Amino acid sequence: MHNFTPVSALIGGVIIGLSVVLYFYTTGRLAGISGIFENAISNTSLRLSNTLFLIGLVIGPLLIYNIILPNNPIAFEITNSYLLIIPGGFLVGFGTRLGGGCTSGHGICGIGRLSVNSMIATALFVATGIITVFVLQQLGVYL
Amino acid sequence: MNDKIISLISGVIFGIGLVISGMTNPEKVLGFLSITHNWDASLIFVMGGAILAFAPFFFILKNKEVSALGAKIELPEKQNIDNKLLIGSALFGVGWGLVGLCPGPAIAAIATFDPIVIVFLVSMAAGVLAKKNIIK
Repeated sequence: MHNFTPVSALIGGVIIGLSVVLYFYTTGRLAGISGIFENAISNTSLRLSNTLFLIGLVIGPLLIYNIILPNNPIAFEITNSYLLIIPGGFLVGFGTRLGGGCTSGHGICGIGRLSVNSMIATALFVATGIITVFVLQQLGVYL
Repeated sequence: MNDKIISLISGVIFGIGLVISGMTNPEKVLGFLSITHNWDASLIFVMGGAILAFAPFFFILKNKEVSALGAKIELPEKQNIDNKLLIGSALFGVGWGLVGLCPGPAIAAIATFDPIVIVFLVSMAAGVLAKKNIIK
């Protein structure tokens, strides 16, 4: 586990959790990003405020990259294969909306609420994610 | 403070947390999903930290009539564990494993100005709209 970074992971996780608390305390809504994304690209009454949440989600990293830690290049390594990117993106969009949540909606908000559905959903998407990575590794696609 | 300003601020904080946690890097997420080869357990600490921060506040706040801004508290209705939940979550995991991006980090990754992120997001939007139009 040479890349294991438990301290920064825990600090970042707590900051994410506090954002979810602030959002729930003030708006009364749970911060599930896949649902926020769907509202932002649909014609709903929450379209503007949810789009602003997503804009914030980009401003946060920009602040870190440019102002808070400008001399610390932040790692971003992604496949350049469209054969992975296009089906990957489609399945993430389709699957999260069919399943009613993603890593934030089920993984953080749902488990935090002790929702059994969300615990099952999270166990499932982690399991199929692990299987997918294992299969790709066996096929020599990456790692 | 209205709903729109607070949404923006919440998004900024969420995005800062994602970068600090390392979860905006797809390679790191794939390291978590790679349990047989150089496993990186960091994602458990991210999710654990977020759950630990949120859960106590949730149980304090959930029975309030309205939120601090006077909005209705909206909680998902209790649902049966159905095929949608199971199939949807399973498909999401496959997509997550193909690239290492889930919705939050995918949007935060716009900040890298890497054009491939836009390809991912357009594909993700297509998936969202396909679900919306095919399944009630």
